[in-house]
Amino acid sequence: MKYTPIIGLETHVELKTASKMFCGCSAEYFGKAPNSHTCPVCLGLPGALPFPNKTAIDWCVMIALALNCEINKFSKFDRKNYFYPDLSKGYQISQYDLPFGKDGSITVSKQKGSNETKMIRIRRVHMEEDTGKLTHAIVNGEKVSLIDFNRSGVPLVEIVTEPDFENEHQVVEYLQKLQKIVRYLGVSNADMEKGDMRLEPNISLQKEGETELPNYKVEVKNINSFRFVDKAIKFEIIRQTELLEKGERPDQETRGWNETKNATVSQRLKEEANDYRYFPEPDIPPIEFNQTEIDALKNALPELPDEKQERFEEKFNLPSYDAEILTRDKALADYFEEAVKVGNEHNITPKQIANTIINKKTNTEEILPAKLIEMISSESKTEEINPAELNKVISEVVSENPKAVADYKAGKEPILQFLIGQTMRKLGKKADLTVIKSAILEALK
Amino acid sequence: MKIDVKNVAKLANLKLTSEEEKKFEGQLGDILTYVEQLQKVDTTGVEETAQVTGLSNVARSDTTSPSLSQDEALSGAKEQHNGFVKVQAILEE
Amino acid sequence: MDTTNLTIESILEGYRSKKFSAVDVVSAYLERIEQHDKDLNSFITVTKAEALKEAAERDSSGDFSLPLAGLPIALKDIFSTKGIKTTAASNVLKDYIASYDATVVTRLKEAGAIILGKLNHDAWAHGSSGENSDFGPTKNPWNTKFTPGGSSSGSAAAVSAGFTPIATATDTGGSIRLPASFTNTVGLKPTYGRVSRYGVISMASSLDSIGHITKTVMDSAIVLNATAGADGLDATLHSEKPDDYTKNIKNGIKGMKFGIPKEFVSEGLSKDVSDVFEKTVEALKSLGAEIVDVSLPNTEYGIATYYIIQPSEVSSNLARYDGIRFGNKRTEFGEEAKRRIMLGTFTLSSGYYDAYYKKAMQVRTLIKNDFEKVFEEVDALIAPVSPTLPWKLDEKNNDPLAMYLSDALTVTANIAGIPSLAVPAGFAQGLPVGIQIMGPQFSEEKLFQIGYAYEQATEYYKQTPNL
Repeated sequence: MKYTPIIGLETHVELKTASKMFCGCSAEYFGKAPNSHTCPVCLGLPGALPFPNKTAIDWCVMIALALNCEINKFSKFDRKNYFYPDLSKGYQISQYDLPFGKDGSITVSKQKGSNETKMIRIRRVHMEEDTGKLTHAIVNGEKVSLIDFNRSGVPLVEIVTEPDFENEHQVVEYLQKLQKIVRYLGVSNADMEKGDMRLEPNISLQKEGETELPNYKVEVKNINSFRFVDKAIKFEIIRQTELLEKGERPDQETRGWNETKNATVSQRLKEEANDYRYFPEPDIPPIEFNQTEIDALKNALPELPDEKQERFEEKFNLPSYDAEILTRDKALADYFEEAVKVGNEHNITPKQIANTIINKKTNTEEILPAKLIEMISSESKTEEINPAELNKVISEVVSENPKAVADYKAGKEPILQFLIGQTMRKLGKKADLTVIKSAILEALK
Repeated sequence: MKIDVKNVAKLANLKLTSEEEKKFEGQLGDILTYVEQLQKVDTTGVEETAQVTGLSNVARSDTTSPSLSQDEALSGAKEQHNGFVKVQAILEE
Repeated sequence: MDTTNLTIESILEGYRSKKFSAVDVVSAYLERIEQHDKDLNSFITVTKAEALKEAAERDSSGDFSLPLAGLPIALKDIFSTKGIKTTAASNVLKDYIASYDATVVTRLKEAGAIILGKLNHDAWAHGSSGENSDFGPTKNPWNTKFTPGGSSSGSAAAVSAGFTPIATATDTGGSIRLPASFTNTVGLKPTYGRVSRYGVISMASSLDSIGHITKTVMDSAIVLNATAGADGLDATLHSEKPDDYTKNIKNGIKGMKFGIPKEFVSEGLSKDVSDVFEKTVEALKSLGAEIVDVSLPNTEYGIATYYIIQPSEVSSNLARYDGIRFGNKRTEFGEEAKRRIMLGTFTLSSGYYDAYYKKAMQVRTLIKNDFEKVFEEVDALIAPVSPTLPWKLDEKNNDPLAMYLSDALTVTANIAGIPSLAVPAGFAQGLPVGIQIMGPQFSEEKLFQIGYAYEQATEYYKQTPNL
């Protein structure tokens, strides 16, 4: 019996605004003393009220636009009511039925190395606030939970896909693309290890031939690297397959990825879905966008990674491998284009520049584009070599390296590079490699 | 209208005595019966009023303002430890 | 010094003409509180030492130019005051000391006011009689067997008894107007979005109005000048800078047209109240106003609408009180608070949201539209505040629904978000009766003008209770 994985993904991206979503506390909470970045609002003190951050809203809309979403012209915040110690107000200000963005998409390759693509539909992109952070400890022999509210109120954008993923490769590629996009937009560092990009896949298996979606799904939490995404999904698919083959239906539950066990582990079975009692947030007036504003935000978007990669391939005649690496980071892509401009004036091709950057791992932060071109230029400048001088040097090299010559003649091709290198050293000049190579080959005949 | 008092109390994070449960079941039932008269009102096509101000797009610029000190933030917390607010262990697994 | 005759104007005049000092005034009020509040229980906290210190500082500065320089004020204990206990009259916050000031508190302090203390009220502002306080009920200074009204019971009793010239208060369904009308004082419920709610412990977020109780209409206008306007912390405030509310206050009401909503004067009114109200209407006519009958047909559903929306929002607003970051555990909530939390949790819950909360929000639109339509014809609406006289303490305690119905004439102003000014209108059986003047959103200036004319013609404010 074959099973098709049905995977949906919920991703949270933490925005790197200066201040929090609903108050003026600094949003840069990482590594700060606990409860030192709080105020009555994010601490949920009596009488405090939320006041939305315009930049956070604009950035959320930009993310939605970059994901090809439609922007809701009328939108609002809603209260999601539930009790948890890290949720200071006893409700989270989020968005329920009118999120900022909806019905978008990202395209990924169907399988690793395949040219076939799969479109992943994005159901919604909405704005909400982060909770405080809970850590577990033992204090005076007692098991306790410690709460730090520095993170409470930091702006989060939640991106939910339809269950369109078919395998873990698609999920990883989607996440890498999403990460690139938000980094390009400059709205988030999207660092999984630091927690500013968090994800929860929900995974189920569909019997081959069936068109209805499976009647269960398993949510997996606590995944904080691309490696673990891959492992966790692979593990779940195997685990669920085993159960289904036995004739059992996997429990509808939340599981956590456990890296020491290299497995997903069941968390408390949540039988009843939480009744969040959503209602419109009365403390915040609704948000309305007109088409002009949406267009302005769309025009302000930088060229996105996929577009840029395609343009690099076409305009600079680069293979997709090179183009992908060069556009992984917006700063690097900009650097490359600057270098190409300078290179044009010195007869250095984009491919040469790409090769240097990729193979020689150029430190683009220290070496200016102009300097890089200089370096490439001088390396590739070749001098005229007197054929007589060349042959003399080659004879010396051959007589000084009898074992190498013998090895080469015995079939060890790579030795040729050694002989070329020796020749170049003796010459002390930059000569055309092809000329030297053919001269050596002649001499070895 | 009869409400499931135990279930509602759980959602509301309230611990009620069985006396309170009984009392509330009766009182809340009466109140709900009273407010149900709204069902008589014809609201076809009527928009909901969630915001009586008529305002929209109220937001502030992304600037920071001073936070409370750690001491001030924790001044009301009965249980704390090393700058954290402390609660009984929340078991996730 | 007899504090019962003092107003903001007379106090400032006394300061500026050096008739008396801030210490004189503050001491006089504090002494009266010490002498008589044990019979009324209007204060939860009295900040005696601080108040005297500030009064002395004001005196040594010699500067009485600020609009409320050296003016004593007391605050409903639902207003956050930095460094001072803020209890919301509940055991949950019995020892809670706020780490910040509410905007209104900051503004009053910046205007020169001196805080005398924090006032008692129905816990969490849940109530119409003051009997839901975890610190004992407040008594009506006019007859201590009777309620002073609620939820701002302490605010009304304190001003009426001469314990403070100004008391801040909140009105979510009538909690300023009802106690004002039960104690012969002036109570302003401003337009929703006129005065910042930041720092005031939220009851029902879309209905809470932040106002105050004073002896006279002029005093009320002076206080609103200090508290009104946007603050960058409450997102539901209107940004336009308000006018000077005292500018046109003495212009009279000749030529104005007032409506009496017929739904507010039907058979439900007690004879005492309708007698007083008739006299009010005559007085307004003789001052030159035209009186017409109008109708607000959907206000019949006011209580039902209110008692769905309000508890729903209350249930969410009280979720933060879990004893973790501050305060005591949820088991310390009083009965009324628990009842409203339960009711609101139910009306928002899955399967019931559409029938209750959503439906109520729609009826809210209908009620709001009724008022808007009527204000196209008239300048203001005149109506009674309570269908009955103040009732005896303990009389309505066992029937929550009966208690809710006493809000019938006041909740609709909150539902529509409009302002209403309650002014003294007379007495019956030794107990005060007030009336309310309602206007379109942001029409406070006109309400003061009307209230002032009526007040000066009838002079009920000159009567004070014997303590």
